[in-house]
Amino acid sequence: MTTLIDLQPPAPSPQPDDDAPRSLRKSLSLTDVIFRANARVIAALVLVITSAIGIFLGYQLVPTLHAYGWRFLTENQFVPGINLIGIAAGLLGTVEVALIALIISFPLALLTALYISEFAPVWLRGALSAAVDLMAAIPSIIYGLWGLLLIAPRALYVSRWLDEYLGWIPIFHVPGGNPRAAEFFLAAYTQSPFIAGVVVSMMVVPIGCAVMCGVFQQAPIGEREAAYALGSTRWGMIRTVVIPFGRGGIVGGTMLALGRALGETIAVLLILTESFDIRVRPLEAGGATISWLIANFWGDVSHIQLSALLAAGFVLFVITLIVNTLAAIIVNRSRSGSATEI
Amino acid sequence: MNTVVTPAIDLADSEGYSANPTGARLDADRVSAWFGTHKVLERVSLSMPPGAVTALIGPSGCGKSTFLRILNRMHELVPSAKLAGQVSLNGADIYAADTPVTVTRKRIGMVFQKPNPFPAMSIGENVIAGLKLTGTRISRRAQAELIENCLQRGGLWDEVKNRLGDAGGSLSGGQQQRLCIARSLAVSPDVLLMDEPCSALDPTSTRRIEETIGTLRDQVTIVIVTHNMQQAARVSQQCAFFLAEQGTPGQIVEAGSTKDIFENPRDPRTADYVHGRFG
Repeated sequence: MTTLIDLQPPAPSPQPDDDAPRSLRKSLSLTDVIFRANARVIAALVLVITSAIGIFLGYQLVPTLHAYGWRFLTENQFVPGINLIGIAAGLLGTVEVALIALIISFPLALLTALYISEFAPVWLRGALSAAVDLMAAIPSIIYGLWGLLLIAPRALYVSRWLDEYLGWIPIFHVPGGNPRAAEFFLAAYTQSPFIAGVVVSMMVVPIGCAVMCGVFQQAPIGEREAAYALGSTRWGMIRTVVIPFGRGGIVGGTMLALGRALGETIAVLLILTESFDIRVRPLEAGGATISWLIANFWGDVSHIQLSALLAAGFVLFVITLIVNTLAAIIVNRSRSGSATEI
Repeated sequence: MNTVVTPAIDLADSEGYSANPTGARLDADRVSAWFGTHKVLERVSLSMPPGAVTALIGPSGCGKSTFLRILNRMHELVPSAKLAGQVSLNGADIYAADTPVTVTRKRIGMVFQKPNPFPAMSIGENVIAGLKLTGTRISRRAQAELIENCLQRGGLWDEVKNRLGDAGGSLSGGQQQRLCIARSLAVSPDVLLMDEPCSALDPTSTRRIEETIGTLRDQVTIVIVTHNMQQAARVSQQCAFFLAEQGTPGQIVEAGSTKDIFENPRDPRTADYVHGRFG
């Protein structure tokens, strides 16, 4: 009896050696070849420029360390006149200003992003997003002048208030302040890292806000509806769905903001007066940051001292590179909703 | 006490209705719906009695999912959505100004087409997520009991009892959907709406969900949208056939006991649809 279906295994291949992965090279059209070559060159250019900056700055470490040794990193004074060169105060000031900016900008950016993505009516959403993006486009010299002329004279009273009521905590204390005096000593509070931080915080809000907003808007509609269908309030839904989904964006956006706050120059240069004391009293007048050191001194230093300034720039470059890389890793690793796919 | 008598009540016992159901009665009265200026539903009235599964059938785009979403106020989450008419739960209008929308949605639960457990939560946390969301606090022991009870009723307990701490997203699609059913049950709803709950699932998972629907029928009123005629015939006691003809808004062509709709439809269009001649 014959069967309709041939159940015999297929005959063995006559040439067993041809069972190897074959080449999948395809012939590209001329347009594709030209486009690909262009894209490669431009992409390579970005990498070349970034590494060229890093190498140029890093190279300055050699003469700097040769001339000043590791004291370059631990010395707090930076006085070109007597060739006393150190960036410790600048490093501390950089961290201080950036942290103050972050403490002020984080809640502002988070709440603004939540309002835009979750609460604002549809017609207002676009306008608010555009306004936030516009904040990012304002030149930093404008922020600097705004901070110096408008914010600083008013922020003084915040500084005094903090000193008066929280002055027993060392970081809020201002030694020359005497806040309870009838005529308190204003100059003790002006041009402080705190005021610089307030101004820088306004500059970094848009970056954090834009990243957070983008991530919040991607929170899956299915999970949002699941929360609502269980009888959730809008805040309950945000807490259970939007914020856990957007955690990566919150951390990443904040770190991108930190990256910019660390390097901010012009506004800080306008506001901060020189002081190289190693102290953590951000309400007190005076301070320095790395970018402040570079912008303030680069015109009147010797050749080797210029190398030292560039090496200081290298330190800042490395710090911001680390912060931004961490931010990128966190943003990329945040959930893209794949866990809910079937 | 609601005294309105509808034909559906008369079918009890003879058509497999539960004898002593604990669900609530849901009535839609002349419900119309729009998205922007586009009208998608026209004066749809339907009674969904407790103790029965009501299946909404009809071709794609006939407004049955929109109708389902109007039944627990999910429709209004779409910014341009509008509606007319009335929906009442045990006689009380769910769109009344003094009824909080959160209370309505808690009493009328929903299971969606695509399983949507909260991925950041474990299996156990997912089940009691509704309590957290509605601000209900219960003891740790009561939580454990509730998790077991709801997973039992959702038909998932035996498969997950040893890994309640695993992420909800680690389950298969069918298990995730049963987890979503268990999660809906945890807030003790009177009505459970299901929007094509099996359309993304394989046949085995589909059968498990259908079994679950069968056991839940006398505990909650169930309304299910389905594209699968056999499923509607298997799980439901009454059926409503929706149709939107040639650019007109969707309407109910025929509603009645599932037996009648499938074996003895009055409208020729219903006969054509349930016999697979269009749609």
